[in-house]
Amino acid sequence: MATVYIDGRPYSADPAQNMLSTSLTLGFNLPYFCWHPAMGSVGACRQCAVKQFRDENDTRGKLVMACMTPAAEGTRIAIHDSDAVKFRAGVIEGLMLNHPHDCPVCDEGGECHLQDMTVMTGHDYRRYPYEKRTFRNQYLGPLVNQEMNRCIQCYRCVRFYREYAGGRDFNSFVLRNLVFFGRHKDGVLENEFSGNLVEVCPTGVFTDATLKQHYTRKWDLQFAPSICTHCGLGCNTSPGERYGMLRRMVNRYNGEVNGYFLCDRGRYGYEFVNSPQRIRQAVVRREGIAQPVSRKEALQAARELLAGKQNVIGIGSPRASLEANFALRTLVGREHFFAGMADDEYRVLVKMISILRATPARAPSLREIELCDAVLLLGEDPTNYAPRLALALRQSVRQQPFAVTDRLKIPRWLDHAVRETVQEEKGPLFIASPQATRLDDIAAQTFRGAPADIARLGFAVARALDQSAPATSMSGEAVTLATQIAQALRKAERPLVVAGGGLNSEAVVEAAANVARALHAAGKDARLSFTVPECNSMGVAMMGAAPLSGAAQAVKGADAVVVLENDVERRLPQTAAHKFFEQTSHLVALDCLANATSQRADLVLPAGSFAESDGTLVSSEGRAQRFFQVFAPEGEVQESWRWLRDLGALCGREEMAGWQELDDVIVALSNAVPELAGIVNAAPFSGLRLAGEKVPREPHRYSGRTAMHANISVSEPKPAEDPDSPLSFSMEGYPEQPPAPLIPFFWSPGWNSIQSTNFYQKEIAGPLRGGDPGARLIEPAASGSDGYFTRVPEAFALREAELLVVPAYHIFGSDEQSLQSPPVAELAPKPYVAVNPEDAARQALRPESLAEVKLADSSYRVQVRIRPDVPRGVAALLVGVPPVVGVRLPAWGTLQPVEVPEGGPERAA
Amino acid sequence: MEKPLTQHVRPDGLALDLRAYETVGGYQGLRKALRTDPREIQQAVKDSNLRGRGGAGFPTGMKWSFVPMGADAPRPKYLICNADEMEPGTFKDRLLLEATPHQLIEGMSIAAWAIQAEVAYIFLRGEYVESARRLERALAEAYEARYLGKNIFGSGHHLEMYLHTSAGRYMCGEETGLLNALEGKRANPRTKPPFPQVSGLFGKPSIVQNVETLCCLPHIVNNGAEWFKKIGLTGDGGTKLYGASGKVKRPGLWELPMGTTVRELLEEHAGGMREGVRFRGLLPGGASTDFLTEEHLDVAMDFTALQKVGSRMGTGTMIVLDDQTCPVGMVWNLEKFFAQESCGWCTPCWSGLNWTERTLRALEQGQGREEDLEKLAYQSWFNAPGNTFCALAPGAVEPLQSALKYFREDFERHIREKRCPWK
Repeated sequence: MATVYIDGRPYSADPAQNMLSTSLTLGFNLPYFCWHPAMGSVGACRQCAVKQFRDENDTRGKLVMACMTPAAEGTRIAIHDSDAVKFRAGVIEGLMLNHPHDCPVCDEGGECHLQDMTVMTGHDYRRYPYEKRTFRNQYLGPLVNQEMNRCIQCYRCVRFYREYAGGRDFNSFVLRNLVFFGRHKDGVLENEFSGNLVEVCPTGVFTDATLKQHYTRKWDLQFAPSICTHCGLGCNTSPGERYGMLRRMVNRYNGEVNGYFLCDRGRYGYEFVNSPQRIRQAVVRREGIAQPVSRKEALQAARELLAGKQNVIGIGSPRASLEANFALRTLVGREHFFAGMADDEYRVLVKMISILRATPARAPSLREIELCDAVLLLGEDPTNYAPRLALALRQSVRQQPFAVTDRLKIPRWLDHAVRETVQEEKGPLFIASPQATRLDDIAAQTFRGAPADIARLGFAVARALDQSAPATSMSGEAVTLATQIAQALRKAERPLVVAGGGLNSEAVVEAAANVARALHAAGKDARLSFTVPECNSMGVAMMGAAPLSGAAQAVKGADAVVVLENDVERRLPQTAAHKFFEQTSHLVALDCLANATSQRADLVLPAGSFAESDGTLVSSEGRAQRFFQVFAPEGEVQESWRWLRDLGALCGREEMAGWQELDDVIVALSNAVPELAGIVNAAPFSGLRLAGEKVPREPHRYSGRTAMHANISVSEPKPAEDPDSPLSFSMEGYPEQPPAPLIPFFWSPGWNSIQSTNFYQKEIAGPLRGGDPGARLIEPAASGSDGYFTRVPEAFALREAELLVVPAYHIFGSDEQSLQSPPVAELAPKPYVAVNPEDAARQALRPESLAEVKLADSSYRVQVRIRPDVPRGVAALLVGVPPVVGVRLPAWGTLQPVEVPEGGPERAA
Repeated sequence: MEKPLTQHVRPDGLALDLRAYETVGGYQGLRKALRTDPREIQQAVKDSNLRGRGGAGFPTGMKWSFVPMGADAPRPKYLICNADEMEPGTFKDRLLLEATPHQLIEGMSIAAWAIQAEVAYIFLRGEYVESARRLERALAEAYEARYLGKNIFGSGHHLEMYLHTSAGRYMCGEETGLLNALEGKRANPRTKPPFPQVSGLFGKPSIVQNVETLCCLPHIVNNGAEWFKKIGLTGDGGTKLYGASGKVKRPGLWELPMGTTVRELLEEHAGGMREGVRFRGLLPGGASTDFLTEEHLDVAMDFTALQKVGSRMGTGTMIVLDDQTCPVGMVWNLEKFFAQESCGWCTPCWSGLNWTERTLRALEQGQGREEDLEKLAYQSWFNAPGNTFCALAPGAVEPLQSALKYFREDFERHIREKRCPWK
């Protein structure tokens, strides 16, 4: 630690930091723009000017930028020096020369960092009488809106987009006071993290285009700490609601998980909550006619279907909370509770969990992944399957080159100096996948192969690391590559292996486990990260359930089937799904969006979306995290677990009848499932009060409460109660910072924007005070009880007339619920299959034409894409976008060109 | 009088080709240097008191001393000639480039040897098309004679030298802006530290040096540090290419001992003011230096003496202001240039220079207001060294702040009379 002096007083500081982050950590209101906690200092805006003195005798001093000044021992600065104060106000004046008087109509108003810094510096009176420069705005796609006149040239956007996120189609143009940030021409931003521009931009240049459609000021929104439900990583979010409508989604800082950034699927997938496809009323279906019914009538219908019946089966869901799944399991009984996912997917999950329990390697958080200095990626396409992981891997390849800049004593926060010295050097990232990925540009080597060959490569790497690992019969180039990978991993301090559920391959997962074990045997501090398909795949698999094929069998003799937040058509192939529905005598469905299952159900119960429910999800890291209701469900909508509790009560399940609030379910769950006992630590119990008060979901400036419903009834209604959490549906309550898992939004006096996050951290970019939210449930085994996996698969062999169809994913489209959000749907590709040019030629497939993909139990008509990166004998089929759902891959199939008759496809019928 | 840099400049304006250059002793310095330990060359340059002639005047030997040497030093190291002469009023490097390209090549080779660089670039202002042609020819000649490439003069030393013509912009003349431009990036400057000697071109140790500075090196090697030091009149070593433009009788360039007085340059070599005009002031070293007036004429034109009277030598090419030319108009012209050339990175420069230009425009067009002078003075303070990211804006406000000091009455007349009194 170093001692530094600020305004004449000594403080303890970390000498590896700069004086701006040090000052902010200490709670000083020092304004800034271009510095960003995740992107370091570049010294462009000059806003953080302070006066620096050589020693206590120096009375003159000189102005320096705090962000560029190391917090070295003895550093002496004055923030409240009159020259510094005058200068900082002058910087705002300079920024304001061209800034339009847009505040009243600007989306950023109320959470605008420029507004905050203007007030903070005290600049007010306008002295500049000349014209302002203006720009023509570009269309950048449905996610990000551009209003360039507001730009203050802080360069954060281009630094994030190009340097941090690796995007190429966005840059700075022109110079002096005419700098333009945008694309070379109008068009959809290509980078999958473009939405972060709306938070990174300190003014209203880049704003959320979806929020604009139903705009609300930040202070008028109701928030809650929530978790993204669109992939398995569990990024923390802060959704905002008003008038019963979700307005937008912003990042909620969690230093271990998502840090400061979200992916575009997570940020823009929320609109499904407002969809006209929402199930808002219970429905009873008799003789094919659907009848909306009241809650009372619905429960009456449920009683008829379920009460007294012995053989009711339940299908859980990897996108529903632990509490909802557990409630279903309690209702139907353990032996009747089925995993709501395909068998092979479940098997791979179970295998991954057992590996994580037995391996000595640690399952790293995303933050830890950023710090890994050598990575082997087996089979996964993170950008489209677990997108935030891809962003973390982009930071990991910066680790090894830090050795050079550390030696030259260039501080890591001096961002451009580090990047300039490092140039194109990267740490080793090896990617083995069945097709090109969006991370290939930072890979040291890429390997293309079918899943079996990818697994074999992994096994070979383990063998190269440890001769006692099983041998493969690989030869030639592949062995050379395996040796190269092994060497790179062995040389690293924190080597990482990433695999997961993307290819549904146990072999790949086992190979990854072997590599981790071999690294451990070689004395390395290895990490092993598995990706999982959905937000609670991990939780359901840890809870345990019977495989879905069992349900398909059991359905015939069952009295009724209860499906929780799931769509059977997405879990079983076409014919099997069809059979399932045919053989179901009575079907009860709980969900928030209409789907094939709900449309066939005899009884449909309106379940709350994530925004209207509370619950616990377990991420791929094994981190249990609690999400809280943003707004109370309206009308007949109710949390799934409460519906199931009601069903349980009328079925005579005494213990369920006693569940009044969420904590009751959590306690029951943690008692019943010891592996999940740790979830009680994910968040405080509902009874927590701070200075006797609840934590308000709404900012203290929330307006309109009295008048909001005056058109319905002039009396102000009582705010809804929340028995499930220490949060209130109000702006009244505890005014200080709540415990980290309960933070609904970030705000600090004078800091209305997301920059206020600084003041919730013990140190800048570090953990939130009290620790980042979430409770890890799986820690590495001390020594590792199991040995190596020995089932090395045979090398992939081409077949004469068939191709091995493997799943491909897309960030927009492969997730069920986000696809119901209009901007995501707009950006989702049409279903396609990608094949190698040679295979295309053999099958007479032409680009841009249609092909019939025929598998054992389903067939799909999709567009053909000819791609030289796809290996021979393999076809990559996009899954998730209807009609390509429920398909079990990898599987052998045939591809036939589809003849389009003259006059177009319409004439065929 | 010693005129090492220009003594062999051909009167017909053509360049000295390789043979002609060697006939007058060219490449002897390089031969000698390659037989000498690089550290001795560095020491000689230090002892000679050679200071950079690009405008900053940093001691050259000291600059080189920060380059890591030895077998463990990062490779390749780069020696870069800053031939991006864009300081308004400056045309001295152009003479050397067009007349004695081999003198530059030889100087660069000596410097590269001294710092053990293997790659050299000439970063040339794109508009200097004639210099480009002559440099290309000279480089071809040098390669053919094996004075560049592998194993020069059998010394074991290799040097590849490339000519790069800039796509434009004053900012590329700033050392770190040049490095970014050469890498194909936007010509924004870099922060120092780290210095280019530590992390320069492509992140490797680099030295960027002005044309004139490099041209001095063959002569220092040939004749010794003492000889070079003694030529200077006031302590800084060597000669200097001085120039003058404006309404003087003989605008031009002259190679004279470092430390020649302003008066001697103005009255003796430039011949004094033309008929019908009188002297009011001058910018001693190009646009980004402070005005000198009558009282300063006996000051020596070197790096130290001018600083003492609140200005800088800069490039040593004077721009002379006469009494028939409006000072406000002159400063406006200069600020138009600087505002246009601001790279757009740091707020005081991109916002302040634009504001300054607008205000001067208003003054010159008769729309100036009372508070304008205060605003201009504020911008001078706002853009002081250290407040901005690089030296462009601090340089830009030098003529402004000194004009406000010495010609304040002229500014006030513009406001009072609501017009430019010179029109």
